[in-house]
Amino acid sequence: MALTLMLASSRIASHLRISLSHRAFSSVVLKDLKYADSHEWVKIEGNKATVGITDHAQEHLGDVVYVELPDVGRSVSQGESFGAVESVKATSDINSPISGKVLQVNKDLSESPALVTSSPYEEGWIIKVELSDAGEVKKLMDSDKYSKFCEEEDAKH
Amino acid sequence: MSLSRAKDLGLPLMNLVRLKGIPILEQLHLEERLLRTSSHNWCIVNDGTNVPTIVMGMSGKPAQLLELGPVMEDRVPVIKRFTGGGTVIVDKSTLFVSLICNKDDVPNVQPYPRSVMAWSGSLYGEVFKGINGFQLRENDYVFGDRKFGGNAQSIIRNRWIHHTSFLWDYNVRNMGYLKLPSRVPQYRLERDHTDFVCRMKDYIERSDFVEKTIKAVGNQFTLKQVNLKDIDSYTEAENNLKTTRLLTLEELEKAMADTS
Repeated sequence: MALTLMLASSRIASHLRISLSHRAFSSVVLKDLKYADSHEWVKIEGNKATVGITDHAQEHLGDVVYVELPDVGRSVSQGESFGAVESVKATSDINSPISGKVLQVNKDLSESPALVTSSPYEEGWIIKVELSDAGEVKKLMDSDKYSKFCEEEDAKH
Repeated sequence: MSLSRAKDLGLPLMNLVRLKGIPILEQLHLEERLLRTSSHNWCIVNDGTNVPTIVMGMSGKPAQLLELGPVMEDRVPVIKRFTGGGTVIVDKSTLFVSLICNKDDVPNVQPYPRSVMAWSGSLYGEVFKGINGFQLRENDYVFGDRKFGGNAQSIIRNRWIHHTSFLWDYNVRNMGYLKLPSRVPQYRLERDHTDFVCRMKDYIERSDFVEKTIKAVGNQFTLKQVNLKDIDSYTEAENNLKTTRLLTLEELEKAMADTS
């Protein structure tokens, strides 16, 4: 039964362009995104990028109750913090996977921070950025590498 | 534990800073600076703060959490701190313990809130060993169903801080400045502040708590005492990105006006 479900989910995942790792607590990793080792994702469209935190991150953080958003127009740098989420009495930095200028922030998160928890790749996006260095994307992980990275990280604990 | 024995065990180093009566704003600024600009582990113990002060978490909204009229009338300072969590009112009887760690020096702890709290809960379990009813309950430190410590965290790329204000004793009148928050743990069961919290002094001697805490931390780290005046040598240039701040009277007035 478990094997049948696993095979079915893999076929569905393949159709939906989702990479699934079959671990005890698998989180969703999307194939067309790039990933930072601090568990943010980025979707590149030309010289613009959308950034959020991954399903793995939101699972480990717990229910997000607040998002500290940056100002539109500020610069972000790859690997540097630009905002924070609050969950379970903790503020956790959100680090930018790419460098550039913030074009837009997701204002819905001010009223509905739980979107980061419920829809980390869609409605829970955090900022949109104009890239200053497209070459930086090469330093990020693809979905397969990121899935493996998450598995290895969880296996250590 | 002797230094040579600790070295033999390969324990990571932690700097211990013992303070007394330092203003809570100054303590929080120090913590934020050490978290972001130091690469060392730190244990900060502040024995009381100088004046009664309200401290809210990063997302705290004054109008929702505070009885603003009395707060402003009595000129109680209100701070918004850089960590998450709820609202406390602290004073000279509060005991503060803050732990700032490199994630690699606590390898069995993932840099996520619940993992950090499981670790801290275990550490304080050593401190309160033999005292009935101590537990980490829905992220609060309690004796039974009564909270005696407010804790919060901030997690950055490779480091985190877990800090706690322990209610050694408290003034019932001061609790009147705080509203019942909208987000409460289930075990609170609509109890107001005085029915929900308890005084740590009813369970352990003050000096006993401090020494046992330092001993518990010393079981996992090699402790080195550092004086406040020497801290500059352990950090990079002053961090100007302080998010912890004192709210102005104008901000409190505006918060009150916006709810009218």
